[in-house]
Amino acid sequence: MTPRWILPIVAALALGMSVPAQAATIQISMENLVISPAEATAKVGDTIEWINKDIFVHTATARNGDWDVTMPPKKTVTLVLKKAGTIEYYCRFHPNMKATLVVEPE
Amino acid sequence: MSVRISAAIAAISLLSSAALAQGAKPTDPQIAHIAYTAGVIDIAAAKQALEKTSNKDIKAFAEDMVRDHEAVNKQALDLVKKLKVTPEDNDTSRSLTKNGTDKLAELAKLKGAEFDKAYATNEVAYHKAVDGALETLLIPSASNGELKSLLQTGLKIFQGHEQHAEHVAAALK
Repeated sequence: MTPRWILPIVAALALGMSVPAQAATIQISMENLVISPAEATAKVGDTIEWINKDIFVHTATARNGDWDVTMPPKKTVTLVLKKAGTIEYYCRFHPNMKATLVVEPE
Repeated sequence: MSVRISAAIAAISLLSSAALAQGAKPTDPQIAHIAYTAGVIDIAAAKQALEKTSNKDIKAFAEDMVRDHEAVNKQALDLVKKLKVTPEDNDTSRSLTKNGTDKLAELAKLKGAEFDKAYATNEVAYHKAVDGALETLLIPSASNGELKSLLQTGLKIFQGHEQHAEHVAAALK
């Protein structure tokens, strides 16, 4: 016998879980002053994992000002994408490091 | 001939002459010492700039120099420790240190825009010289693979510094 109040909770959980399950994690690495992949595609709601394999501090700075992530040496920093767009970004400290991230609508 | 080019040539010949005088390529302990010394000199120059300048671009550039050169030097120290190599002082390192000290004294006398210009010009020449030495002498002479790879990373990052210094110097004109 299932108490009546359980059903809405189960339904809510099932619904609630189905949305984030579609969000993906995309890894982008910075190694030897190169961002790879140089062009990546993601969706709003996805998480970007910036992996800094260098001994230097790097940033992922969107030219349009959407985000500016700082990665200490040998550290990984995550960012959840909130806005769609084709974003050119670079490292503020090493401006030769450039890449593009295409963020598609959810 | 511009001061910049002559300074670069002087520094390159200075970096290579000591090794050539010995009639042999520098050894790994010497290379490690030269690379580390070159970093220390640029960090000292950047710290002087941070004390003296009020120009925002110079300040940002100098902060980049401290951050990156300290990172490379820390890595270099870790590496020599790991390889159980003792960096060996040599004529090239000694000349570098002497020139660096002289330059600090020379720049210490300047103020404001004059200082900014002299610092930026010297940073262009200095990185050109160091990059030249890395490319033609230090990297080809290094026998340990990890040392070679660290020098290559250094070259790549210092080439970026050279470009950055050129931008900063050009903007001051």
